[in-house]
Formats: sequence, C-alpha cells, structure tokens
Amino acid sequence: MKVIVCVKQVPDTEAAVKIDPETKTLMREGVESITNPFDEFAIEEGLLTVEKYGGDVHVISMGPPQAQEVLRNAYAVGAENVYLISDRAFAGADTWATAYTLASAIKKIGDFDLIICGKQATDGDTGQVGPGIATQLNIPQLTYVDKVVEIDPDNKKIKVERLLEDGKEVVEASLPALITVVKDINEPRLPSLFGIKKAAKIEIPTWTAEDLPVEKEKLGLEGSPTEVVKVFTPEERGGGEILEGEIPEVVSTLVDKLMDMKFIQ
Amino acid sequence: MALNFDLTEEQDMMRRMVRQFAEKEILPVCVELDQKEEFSVHLTRRMADLGLFGAIIPEEYGGTDVGYLSYIISVEEIARVDGSQAATLAAGVSLGISPIFYYGNEKQKQEWLPRLCKGEILASFGLTEPNAGSDAGASKTTAVLENGNWVINGSKIFITNSASEISGICTVQAVTGKRSDGKNELSCILVPNGTEGFEARPMHGKMCWRASNTGELYFTDCTVPEENLLGRRGEGFHQMLATLDGGRLSIGAMGLGGAQGSFEAALQYSRDREQFGRPIGSFQVNAFKMADMATQIEMARLLLYKACWLRDNKREFSREAAMAKLVCSEVFRMCANHAVQLHGGYGLMNEYRVEKFYRNQKLLEIGEGTSEVQRIVIARHIGVPGRAL
Ligand SMILES: Cc1cc2nc3c(=O)[nH]c(=O)nc-3n(C[C@H](O)[C@H](O)[C@H](O)COP(=O)(O)OP(=O)(O)OC[C@H]3O[C@@H](n4cnc5c(N)ncnc54)[C@H](O)[C@@H]3O)c2cc1C
Repeated sequence: MKVIVCVKQVPDTEAAVKIDPETKTLMREGVESITNPFDEFAIEEGLLTVEKYGGDVHVISMGPPQAQEVLRNAYAVGAENVYLISDRAFAGADTWATAYTLASAIKKIGDFDLIICGKQATDGDTGQVGPGIATQLNIPQLTYVDKVVEIDPDNKKIKVERLLEDGKEVVEASLPALITVVKDINEPRLPSLFGIKKAAKIEIPTWTAEDLPVEKEKLGLEGSPTEVVKVFTPEERGGGEILEGEIPEVVSTLVDKLMDMKFIQ
Repeated sequence: MALNFDLTEEQDMMRRMVRQFAEKEILPVCVELDQKEEFSVHLTRRMADLGLFGAIIPEEYGGTDVGYLSYIISVEEIARVDGSQAATLAAGVSLGISPIFYYGNEKQKQEWLPRLCKGEILASFGLTEPNAGSDAGASKTTAVLENGNWVINGSKIFITNSASEISGICTVQAVTGKRSDGKNELSCILVPNGTEGFEARPMHGKMCWRASNTGELYFTDCTVPEENLLGRRGEGFHQMLATLDGGRLSIGAMGLGGAQGSFEAALQYSRDREQFGRPIGSFQVNAFKMADMATQIEMARLLLYKACWLRDNKREFSREAAMAKLVCSEVFRMCANHAVQLHGGYGLMNEYRVEKFYRNQKLLEIGEGTSEVQRIVIARHIGVPGRAL
C-alpha cells in the first residue's frame, strides 16, 4: 500500500484568530502555527494503514517555507517520506487551485493506493480540498470517514463507515481512492524523543512549480475561480438560554419571552 | 552574535510533545492519584516510551541523548501539570540513572542503562539517613568487604523511586572504612531491589508529591558482589556531591514548571471570576500579583536555562545550579501562594489545580539540599570567609 496524506499548517485554534480589515487576510503574527487538527487523524490513519497492510506513508503539505514544521511533526511520528510544496506561484490559491496543485504533486509521487485528508482545515473550514483532489485525479472520494472497516489490497477495495448528519453509512469503493477523516477515527500518537531528534535534522525536499506537472495559469490567485468579496470577523453571538423546570411553567416562560421579543403576538 | 536565547527546533518540538502528553495523559488522572497516594507504573512507562528517561544517555545505552537543557525542559513541562510525575522523572534521571552513567563501568552501564531508559525498572539514589540529612556525609550505613562481597548494614530514608513495584536498583552510599585523615571513607554500591537483606518500604502520609514513590530502606547483612562498587572505593562523597549538582537543576525545573502552572491557572481564574461586577484580575492589587509572577518566572527561567547551558557546554555549573534551585523553588512558593490567594476559598479545594501546587511547592525548598544548604553552597562559591556553616 502506498498511502499519501495531505496536511496543512493552520493558526493555533486555541488562539483567537483575527482578520486584517485592510488586506482581508488572516493576521498570523504572534499566533502559533500547528498542524490542522483533523490532519493529525489523517496522519495517524496513514500510519495505522501501513502498519496493518504494509507499505509506506508519504506526507505532503502545500504552504510557505514555515510549513516545514508540520512535516517535521509528521516525520517525528513515523511518516518518513515528506515533501513541501512551496512556491510564490501558489500564493492566493483557492480550494480548487490548491486541489489542482496537490493533485499534481500526488501524480508526481505516483502509484498510490490511498489518499487521506482531514475532513476540513480549521482556518478556511471549507472541506473542499480533499474532494477537489479526488475530482482532479478522477478517483472515488469517501468523505467524513469515522472508521475504515477494511481494505483489500489484492482486489483493490476499501470499505469505510461514513459519519452522516443523521446516522452512519457503510460504503465500498475501488482503490485508488481518497478519504477524508473526522475526529476520533483514531487516537493520534505522540512523537517520541527518538523521532523528534531525527525529524529536527532532516532536510525536507521542497517542490516548486517547476518540479510539478502543472499548467502555470491554473496556479495561485490567477488559477482560482473563486473571488473573495469580503472577509470579516462576525459579531459575537450571545449564548443561548436553557429553560428548566416543569413543562407548563417552562412553556409559559417561553411564550412570554417570545412575545417580549416580538417573535409572536 | 554570541548571546542567543533561541531554543533549537528539536527543543521546541520536544516541549510541545511533552506538554501535549502532560495535558492529555497526566492531567485527567493526577488529582485522583494524588488523593490515593498512588504511584503510576503506566505513566512512568509512558514517559519512558516517549524517550524522556533516556534524555541524557547516549543512544548506545538506549538513550535519546538530547542534552541537559532538553531534559530540563521536559521536567518543567511535566511539573507545569503535576509535581508527582515530574518527581518520578527527575529523580529517575538525575538521581537514578545519572550516577550509573557517570561513574559506572562498562559492564554496569550495559547491564542497567538500557532497561532504565526503557522504563522497565527505576533506579534510586540512597543517600539520606535518619541521622544524615543536610549533613549527608554523616552516613552510618556500613559496607564491609568479606570474601569478595560487600555486606551492608544500616538504613536510608526518603528515597524517591526506591520502593515501587518497578524499582530495580539503588545506588547506596555507605561507609567502607576510614581514610588516612581519620574521617569515614564513603563509597557508592549498586544494590538491586530484591537482594536478600534489602527491604524497601513505601512511606505514606506525604503532604507533597503524593503520587511519587518514596521509600525507607533497611539493610540487614545484605550481600552483593564486590564488583557492584560504583567507580572507585572512597569516591562516594564526591560522586554524591556531583550527582546533587545535576539533581538541583531538575528540582529547579520542577520549581519553574510549577510556578508556570500556578501562574497560568491564576491568570485564567482572574479573567473568569467576577466580583463587584468586574473580573477580579482587573483589580490592581491582583493584576500586580500576576505581573510579579510573570516577571519572577522569566528571571527563574533565565537562570535555570543558563545553568543547563553551562552544563551542556561542559563548563563549571555548580554555583549556578545551586542559585537556580534556590530561585526556582522560591519563585514557585511565591506563585503558588498568589495563585491560591487569587482563587479565594476555591483555591483551597483539591478540585482546583492550585491546591496541589501549593502543597507540592514546599518540598522543593527541602529536597536535594534545603534552601539554607543552597545558600551555604553559594556562599562558598563566592568567597565568603569561613565555611558559612
Ligand atoms: C519527598 C522527598 C524525597 C526525597 N528523595 C530523596 C532521595 O531520592 N534520595 C535521598 O538521598 N534523599 C532524598 N530526600 C531527602 C532530602 O534530601 C532531605 O530531606 C534533605 O536533604 C534535608 O535533610 P533532613 O530532612 O534530614 O533535614 P535536616 O538536615 O535535619 O534539616 C532541618 C533544618 O535544619 C536546617 N539546617 C541543617 N543544617 C544546617 C546548616 N548547616 N546551616 C543552616 N541550616 C541548617 C535545614 O536547612 C532544615 O531547615 C527526599 C526527601 C523528601 C521529603
């Protein structure tokens, strides 16, 4: 099995993210960067897959040079083939141009059986890049996977359980396929000091646009069909209120409140 | 460009890893372990799996060899969450593993270090006796050489990691004869747990580090082969002093980590808790407490890291180690005290982290040389007249 995991560096979710009102981009200064939390599950699932079925895990990340850090973390937990996809030409890419670029890098690695992505990145929150890659590569996509039921490498099949809004669904697809994984599909391992020591030293291969089988006009801002019209920090919503007590009493309080707010008359 | 405060990529990654481990695996269980005075084999083994016990040991003996500063950062991060687990790690490395590594012969190192780095067993350092505390040279435990064996008699007290179910070996300081100047000759001897005549009893009722294992040791005609001598005969006192220099850095790390944990808990609470219609942290008297904590923590960290840097660079560090231990444990006292004060009545309840910090702090001014003893050590280093006793 050759498994490819796509990871993204995002601002620490614990820090309050602010948007620059002028440039409409995320203000990254002073905010620590981390591996997108869902991608941690993707890396772990990649490792578990090759531990069970044999093979190797390749991890790629598209981003600025600092994104090396997330690849070092992946290396430290045992994913020993990592590549940074980095070039000024990729800057400003929307989800489609990002998926195009990543799909090109995946083609370059070649000969893969399974691609694993997190279900979404906690900064952009679109959940589109995984499906975009599958579409670009013309392979099946299985999103929101909370359990890989089984993989049959000989007959090139994968069976997974998908988490839906109102239940679960077990589906099967042919390999190669792309899955996006949800939180709690596994328990991501911590790197040991042995892993960290090696990871801190490695030279991370970087692929630029030159190194990839890409058409230049499909990259970055220029290659992005989406246009950002407005980015803003939404006003904070007040917390909800839970009414407790006997039902008749609660209902009458609720009616009063709704009348006060003029939702009903 | 000589002065540089950046940590390496490796150290940053390690700090993040240890912090995650402490928050995910220690935090949820530490209050209960503390209440029940329960030593955790599981957490000890997890720390070993992550490579923390081998931090200062070369890879050929199963270590990770990341250096003293890195090791200290790992102790600091664990102590930021729980003093007991930090004590298991710090005593395990600085007092347990390091004398065997620094003074053991090749055979002893091969025999013990790989298993210690893996956390299969723990090593302890048996120095303190009922009548030899600060005056650690006054040991009464004796070891007599008979037919190629040491026969040991005496007792030790307060020995960390010595009486748990995975305690495997103790470095015991004993009187092995008289020197030419009439003083006692002291030597260190390796005594495996389970040797006949060696009894290790867990001590209970501690105020601090309740989930760390502390033992009382009894030696009754306990016999081990002559080759269990650590280093050379008569070097015991020197080995002990040098081991304590390193141990002081790790006590410093526990002080620093505890101070940091107290500060963070206090800051968070001071934002959340409102009285008189305002968060309590907005009252100047409270804000100033937190400003003091942050400042003192910065100071303590600089001093401790500098002492580690000296050690990693093979410079003389014993003066700075004593200063760092003194400062870090006193800064922790101040921070734990302010943190409980800021929590009001809730700070006295074990449901809140600061209660444990407050109890754990006190040990740091006592273990591995009391604060008084640190001042004696420092005074001697700076050239005061006499011996400062
Ligand atoms: C939880 C715990 C874990 C420990 N772990 C270990 C371990 O792993 N291995 C080990 O060998 N020991 C260990 N110890 C022992 C510890 O190092 C001693 O408790 C410490 O050195 C102090 O000795 P003492 O308790 O006998 O106090 P004492 O020496 O009796 O001191 C009592 C008081 O007198 C003061 N005093 C003593 N002499 C002087 C002087 N000359 N000038 C001024 N003041 C002085 C002291 O500062 C102190 O305030 C541990 C102790 C505890 C509580």
